[in-house]
Amino acid sequence: MEGPRACPTPVKPAVVRVRDYRRETHDTFTLVLDPPATGGAAFRPGQFNMLYVFGVGEAPISLSGDPGEGGGWVHTIRAVGAVTRALARLRPGDVLGLRGPYGSSWPLENARGRDVVLVSGGIGLAPLRPVLYHLRRHRAEYGKIALLYGARSPADALYLDELRAWRAAGELQVLLTVDRGDPSWTESLGLVTALFDRADFAPDRAVGLICGPEIMMRFTQREFAKRGVADERLYVSLERNMHCAVGFCGHCQLGPSFVCMDGPVFRYDRIRTFFEIREA
Amino acid sequence: MTEQGILGVFAGHKFLSGLSERHRLLLAAGARPFTAAPNQLLAKEGDTARCFYLIQSGHVSLGMHTPDRGVVPIHTVGPGEEVGWSWLVPPHRWQFDCRAVDEVHGLAFDAEWLREKCELDHELGYHLLKQLIGVLANRLAATRVQLLDLYK
Ligand SMILES: Cc1cc2nc3c(=O)[nH]c(=O)nc-3n(C[C@H](O)[C@H](O)[C@H](O)COP(=O)(O)OP(=O)(O)OC[C@H]3O[C@@H](n4cnc5c(N)ncnc54)[C@H](O)[C@@H]3O)c2cc1C
Repeated sequence: MEGPRACPTPVKPAVVRVRDYRRETHDTFTLVLDPPATGGAAFRPGQFNMLYVFGVGEAPISLSGDPGEGGGWVHTIRAVGAVTRALARLRPGDVLGLRGPYGSSWPLENARGRDVVLVSGGIGLAPLRPVLYHLRRHRAEYGKIALLYGARSPADALYLDELRAWRAAGELQVLLTVDRGDPSWTESLGLVTALFDRADFAPDRAVGLICGPEIMMRFTQREFAKRGVADERLYVSLERNMHCAVGFCGHCQLGPSFVCMDGPVFRYDRIRTFFEIREA
Repeated sequence: MTEQGILGVFAGHKFLSGLSERHRLLLAAGARPFTAAPNQLLAKEGDTARCFYLIQSGHVSLGMHTPDRGVVPIHTVGPGEEVGWSWLVPPHRWQFDCRAVDEVHGLAFDAEWLREKCELDHELGYHLLKQLIGVLANRLAATRVQLLDLYK
């Protein structure tokens, strides 16, 4: 895991403009934002921004675009509450406040030369998508790559066209599953962990990157363990609710760690004992 | 497929891992290669379960019939997995429709033959039961997690 980057202006948001809005599913959308004038567009896969809708509030949202492309900052957001619903109403030209990027990132350096298995569920694919862009861009530096992705239904699955295009290009194994199918769905049905038997990777040289609902992540860790992938080679992104994003308020405290400062990406063995602690 | 070929499939199949040489040979004698075309029905809910399938390649969709929505697919089984425990559990009737999603290759065992072998040789029966319990436990856990509607 690569450490968090200190933010020079931790609390005051910059004002940024919405460049593009795209609807992904019935409750999920993507915003492309102009990065702030100072600081540039660079970020590391796994990092997040605090997006602030004036008069409503702010929420941590992962960067989900291509880290190798200098363009806008891409955020895929599921509308669940006040802030994310307000974000859903933004359109090109609108402005919002932004702080970041914050947080630790996925261990792309440590994973070099190894097989990489990405396991995600629901909106959890958003923070992993930058990893997929990176791996494709640097394909020769990694071993086998498998993405296991589970969603509630075909209509809830994110980035399907893009994932299928990557599969067709033969660069990575893409295994998709949903809880509830429909007549058009010819991929798997069932929990994402049921895809493990079909995933092509060597356990002794694999690194697992996991992001999704916490129960899914727990079950995923067990599948890796069954196959002999040690907790030291597993990384999870904990998207626990947070407020300040700068280790100030303690809202996202997890034992001695703060999700906002030390995470959101953690090596599994380092937070194993805290993993089942319920959110306050 | 020759006996050698069948033993080769056995060797790569998780369900039969840990089986003794004697039991492998015994089962190989009753294994019959099968192919199912896309969309072909392998088993129909309510019918007598006459077969047990080990999947080598391709996918099988398990579904249940509902009056208003027809057959609702519930679970997909793929390479290295197995279709059916109804062959072992009375009254030996399929609980699901099992339909090939794409072209499926694998091995089929006659249910009556297999039950008889398990009755005559409890060591073999115990091994198969242990494997089936593992499959059932995983599917039960997965179903329970699905019931939580995690991605809601
Ligand atoms: C590091 C990090 C990265 C994130 N990245 C993304 C992202 O890329 N896209 C995205 O859509 N969301 C992401 N989230 C989650 C997002 O920040 C929350 O959903 C946020 O609380 C939404 O604010 P709100 O005011 O709209 O909803 P709230 O009013 O805060 O919550 C509405 C409902 O959602 C539930 N809820 C809130 N947060 C969470 C959570 N973290 N997990 C499960 N349930 C929750 C609440 O219990 C409540 O029922 C991320 C969270 C973190 C910590």
